[in-house]
Amino acid sequence: MKDLYLIYKNLTRKKLRLFLTCFAIFIAFLIFGAITALQGALNAGVEMSADNRLITANKINFTQPLPFAYVNKVKNIEGVKDVSYANWFGGFYQEPANQVVTMAVDPTTYFTVYDELVVPEAQLKQWQNNQRGVIVGERMAKTFNWKVGDTIPMSSNIFTNKDGTQTWQLQVDGIFTAKDEKTDTGYIVFHHKYFMETQTWGGDNVGWLMLTTTDSALNQQVSDAIDTNFANSAAETETSTEAAFNKAFIEQIGNIGLIIFGVVFMAFFTILVVVGNTMVLAIRERTNEIAVLKTLGFSSPRIFKMILIESCLLAFIGGLLGLGAAFVIVQGASEAMARFLPNLVLDQGIVLQALGYMLLLGLITGIVPAIRALRLNIVTGFQGA
Amino acid sequence: MSEDVLFDLVNVSKKFVKGKEQISIFDGLNMQINKGDFVAIMGPSGSGKTTLLNMLGGVDQPSSGEVSFDNQRIDNLSEGKLAKWRANNIGFIFQFYNLMPMLNAFRNVELPLLLTNMSSKERAQRVQNALKLVGLDDRAKHMPSEMSGGQQQRVAIARAVVSDPKLLLCDEPTGDLDRKTADEILETLQLLNKEFGKTIVMVTHDPSAAKYAKHTLHLDKGEFVLEAK
Ligand SMILES: Nc1ncnc2c1ncn2[C@@H]1O[C@H](COP(=O)(O)OP(=O)(O)OP(=O)(O)O)[C@@H](O)[C@H]1O
Ligand SMILES: [Mg+2]
Repeated sequence: MKDLYLIYKNLTRKKLRLFLTCFAIFIAFLIFGAITALQGALNAGVEMSADNRLITANKINFTQPLPFAYVNKVKNIEGVKDVSYANWFGGFYQEPANQVVTMAVDPTTYFTVYDELVVPEAQLKQWQNNQRGVIVGERMAKTFNWKVGDTIPMSSNIFTNKDGTQTWQLQVDGIFTAKDEKTDTGYIVFHHKYFMETQTWGGDNVGWLMLTTTDSALNQQVSDAIDTNFANSAAETETSTEAAFNKAFIEQIGNIGLIIFGVVFMAFFTILVVVGNTMVLAIRERTNEIAVLKTLGFSSPRIFKMILIESCLLAFIGGLLGLGAAFVIVQGASEAMARFLPNLVLDQGIVLQALGYMLLLGLITGIVPAIRALRLNIVTGFQGA
Repeated sequence: MSEDVLFDLVNVSKKFVKGKEQISIFDGLNMQINKGDFVAIMGPSGSGKTTLLNMLGGVDQPSSGEVSFDNQRIDNLSEGKLAKWRANNIGFIFQFYNLMPMLNAFRNVELPLLLTNMSSKERAQRVQNALKLVGLDDRAKHMPSEMSGGQQQRVAIARAVVSDPKLLLCDEPTGDLDRKTADEILETLQLLNKEFGKTIVMVTHDPSAAKYAKHTLHLDKGEFVLEAK
């Protein structure tokens, strides 16, 4: 396009103004990129939940235990496919700064219920037969450079080992990976039975149950059946889909979705007003020049297009820089916070969404001055100047 | 109609509506401009000189009447067709040069060629020739703000002739220049008329500028009045 040089020269004729408007757009897309990535990370748990998986927890609070006997009782309820159970361990490796999400689980059913996780057959067998064994998630294995065969000391700041320490020596029998890269592998699992036998509080209970239904259409029916079954007992239950469970967990942090929407919306609206206004002023200053171009024979639609391209270029320069900065920040943050927010990534979806918004911003901020230029009458254009 | 006639205005009227008032600038104006002519148009301020030039250049249209260029009506062309027609046939020279401030001399002169399908090499060649014609081939890289008024007007002339139009329309081309510089500009226009056969219509307030033209027309209250040159 031959007019590109002209557009470029128009765009860059006032360096300070270009810098300031670009900076405003830069900030908007920095916020957008970073916050959307954060939102994605928080929602990933919800999105990744299998739709036929239910969680049964104590009705009072999910930190309260359930009797071990519930496992078999739930297994006999119609529509239930597999049942597994787990206990929270907490845990850190060597020193408290190295937090490792650790759960005590049932080795025979855990990977059946969580079938999006993959463990090599031989490693799984080995682990099931080794009560001190642990299967570590791929991401944790990478973080701490663990290999199969390593013995790793896991400490808890909640539980005490019967040997008087707060540390369990666990043997790495295998490493699990995920079929989908969004599925988190940032935790480790060891034998529930071994945990119960070695921790000082003892007790015959489980933290919560995870179960699958034979058909996700039966979810509601099954969860009602379970909760009715244990109604009026010492430990009443509350069963929900895994997605709802994860969502409820996230909502404890606050209604993040709404806050994010508010912040992004305000940032964009402000930038829209600022940039739109700047474009209107910038083009108004050029009224005389537009009249000259029209006199020379540049058609009105061509000038209209030039102005829209200019405003889109502005949006894309500021926007891409902002998105780039967001990428760097998210990258840095995801390394620093890998253990808390495993899915913190600025992925292709966010980039495409941002590109769409850049185009929209460019078109909206350019459309008013472009239409004015389109309609500008040469004679009055000269007289106004 | 004679083969020699470039412009033919028949019974042209032009009215402006200003609020409730209607001002009639021309009412039944007839005129002809021959090919190869160099016409100066003089007249008091507000007599309609710029308005006439605008109608000749197809940037404004008469309220009624006919304007023909080379035996073709231009008063009833659409905006888009007129833009093309201007690009192909007319070179404009303004009192205040009207160069693009962010483009250097070369890029300013190149503007009309962006409307053709010439290659960039071809364009560069044409621009260099046009700048040479006005004696500014060594200033191609200069910005308008780095040039004197006279030099800027030369760049504007180069821009007006670069696409080789038949007609040059000049609205007080020396109105903002001192005598000596004005004479240089007028000599250039005369050269373009004599050597390159450009038809020129020039509006001016300055009687000594009008002397460079072959004919002078005096406009008063929307009508031509006779006044021997
Ligand atoms: N767009 C317009 N709307 C209303 N009136 C106009 C418009 N353009 C010109 N006029 C009026 O038409 C008359 C002729 O204007 P024009 O600009 O043609 O005069 P001129 O001869 O070029 O004057 P000058 O020597 O001052 O440049 C003036 O009275 C002017 O006020
Ligand atoms: Mg005038």
